[in-house]
Amino acid sequence: MGSNPVTWLGTPPFPKAAHAALGDSQLRANLRKATGTIRAKRAEAVAELSDWERLRRAGEAIKDDVLSRLDTYLERLERAVTERGGVVHWARDAAEANDTVLRLTREAGADEVVKVKSMATQEIGLNEALAAGGVHAIETDLAELIVQLGHDRPSHILVPAIHRNRAEIRDIFRRQMPSAPPWLSDKPVALTEAARRHLRRKFLSAKVAISGANFAVADTGSIVVVESEGNGRMCLTLPRTLITVMGLEKIVPTWRDLEVFLQLLPRSSTAERMNPYTSVWTGVTPGDGPQRFHLVLLDNGRTNALADPVGRQALRCIRCSACLNVCPVYERTGGQAYGSVYPGPIGAILAPQLVGDMHDAQAASLPYASSLCGACYEVCPVRINIPEVLVHLRAQATAAKGSRGPEALGMAAAGWVFADPKRYEAAQRAGSLARFLARDGWITRLPFPGSRWTASRDVPAPPAESFRMWWRRTRG
Amino acid sequence: MALFATCLTDTFYPDTARAVVRLLERLGCTVDFPLGQTCCGQMHFNTGYREQAKPLAQRYAGVFAGYHAVVVPSGSCAGMVREFHPGLVGASPATTMTYELTEFLVDVLGVTDVGAYFPHRVTYHPTCHSLRMLGVGDRPLTLLRAVRGLDLVELPFAETCCGFGGTFAVKNAETSTAMLADKMRCVLDTGAEVVTAGDNSCLMHIGGGLSRVRAGVRPVHLAEILASTEEEPWAAIR
Repeated sequence: MGSNPVTWLGTPPFPKAAHAALGDSQLRANLRKATGTIRAKRAEAVAELSDWERLRRAGEAIKDDVLSRLDTYLERLERAVTERGGVVHWARDAAEANDTVLRLTREAGADEVVKVKSMATQEIGLNEALAAGGVHAIETDLAELIVQLGHDRPSHILVPAIHRNRAEIRDIFRRQMPSAPPWLSDKPVALTEAARRHLRRKFLSAKVAISGANFAVADTGSIVVVESEGNGRMCLTLPRTLITVMGLEKIVPTWRDLEVFLQLLPRSSTAERMNPYTSVWTGVTPGDGPQRFHLVLLDNGRTNALADPVGRQALRCIRCSACLNVCPVYERTGGQAYGSVYPGPIGAILAPQLVGDMHDAQAASLPYASSLCGACYEVCPVRINIPEVLVHLRAQATAAKGSRGPEALGMAAAGWVFADPKRYEAAQRAGSLARFLARDGWITRLPFPGSRWTASRDVPAPPAESFRMWWRRTRG
Repeated sequence: MALFATCLTDTFYPDTARAVVRLLERLGCTVDFPLGQTCCGQMHFNTGYREQAKPLAQRYAGVFAGYHAVVVPSGSCAGMVREFHPGLVGASPATTMTYELTEFLVDVLGVTDVGAYFPHRVTYHPTCHSLRMLGVGDRPLTLLRAVRGLDLVELPFAETCCGFGGTFAVKNAETSTAMLADKMRCVLDTGAEVVTAGDNSCLMHIGGGLSRVRAGVRPVHLAEILASTEEEPWAAIR
């Protein structure tokens, strides 16, 4: 793992990482089916609301307000949580957050914790850090459990095991789940039953639960987790100690603001009008639920993103995954090619900003993992202009690479040609000689870097006379 | 009014630019092609060379100052000019008066039947930037439906990107090709002889793939279809 575990050490830059994924027929089929289904369902769920566009704008405005006065809201949240009996911890980076959680777990006398599905804890590599400290973390979200038992990596924000089909899941359970019978079938009902039996024991024995947060209400100090399975609810209510790790930007100012997000999120995410379980807790309630509550507020590159006037809109993200599901690149490469817990279009703009170093070749390749088709922006419930941020980050990537690389020199040469119509026309005349390479109007092979195109596509032969030459000859 | 041919069409597809001129003149416009024009700077801008896009945006504003309208036979270049030139060099009359071809025909000229004749089976690919950046909507399809003799077949998953994406096609060539393969399958499923679009860049990509597998489907820019008439069929526009 690198200095910031948001990207996985050893993952090659995107084009190379995509190579293996593109050739994996099982992965391609799983993703095509899964993204195709959820895409259609989301469109239906969204079409039901006549004020969807206004909801999006409201979500955008609330998040922008939070981001513009984050310091105020964070202190308000800290005060509210503390008043209600919770303890707030601040973590600059992954290491600080992991150390805090490990210390708190040890103080609670636990060597095993149950986990609610959480992106923040994935981002900081908490499970690995806990394991290094002798604490075993058990993922209780079904898809996270599949990933964990398979010693795999997540490939989707909402459905981390989206790259697995049920036959593969059955094999993982048979191998890794002691309570799973050898005759376990690949029927969904049998798989969930096996997971249920496996997890129930853990819920009843765990002293500590760890969660993330979808929202935190600054006014009241209330934390909100939305989920589908109810396993999160088990974690949030049964163990005596609850530790929540939350990105700084997850704040909403008031309880009323939840109205907007609890409509935007489920419809965008699971294509539901309402998610099955919405858990809300405020500090500690004597005699009910966890009696110790810790809130770890995580920066880990967020203030770096916040300082960028264009890039900061990525912090509006509510982790719905709609952009992944509509992305034509994601559909073909899957999430692991992005080399980060945040895959897809949002990952391509969030991960490089959290890493904060465009000299990192893998991070710098992510903003280029897009054809800029704009489908992500169209579905984003908080109107993050992902193509805009992609192009913005590309400019940072080229600046980090400097002006002496082959691409930069090529771009400078093209700029020089386009700067003067005479040079441009001379280049057209020179380039049109390539027509002698053509057969039937098409060129099938070009030297590098044109070979990257002609590996799979022909190029039209340039005509002897460009349009401007024709215009001058006939009209000029 | 002026024609901004775009560097790609000027260099590789003069037939498309000639078709725009013929079409607009048939509809009563006086078309000029200022020879100072080169490129809108989209390749530089989208690849992360923002500074080098600036002089090109500046050139555009100067070259097209003073025209009532600038017509562009490309959704992505028109999008570049209208959406991003103001951020690079400030808004200018040239950027606000820039129209993608079908926008100009439908919104400015108020024409949906341009009197074209094109007796072929055609499928239409809505290019991403015309669709999502400019929002041209069903203007191209409305124009195509009015073309006599044309058998318009709906393209399955039409709104999915073809995988071109400018330098994406070479920087992520394999992913781009995987996207192209699916687009080609959809085109072939229609049984069309011609695939059309409002952007020669995307057509170069789709057509380049179809040519490689000898699919026998021809990429033709929308302007060439609309310029075609019974008296002067499109193949004769040379």
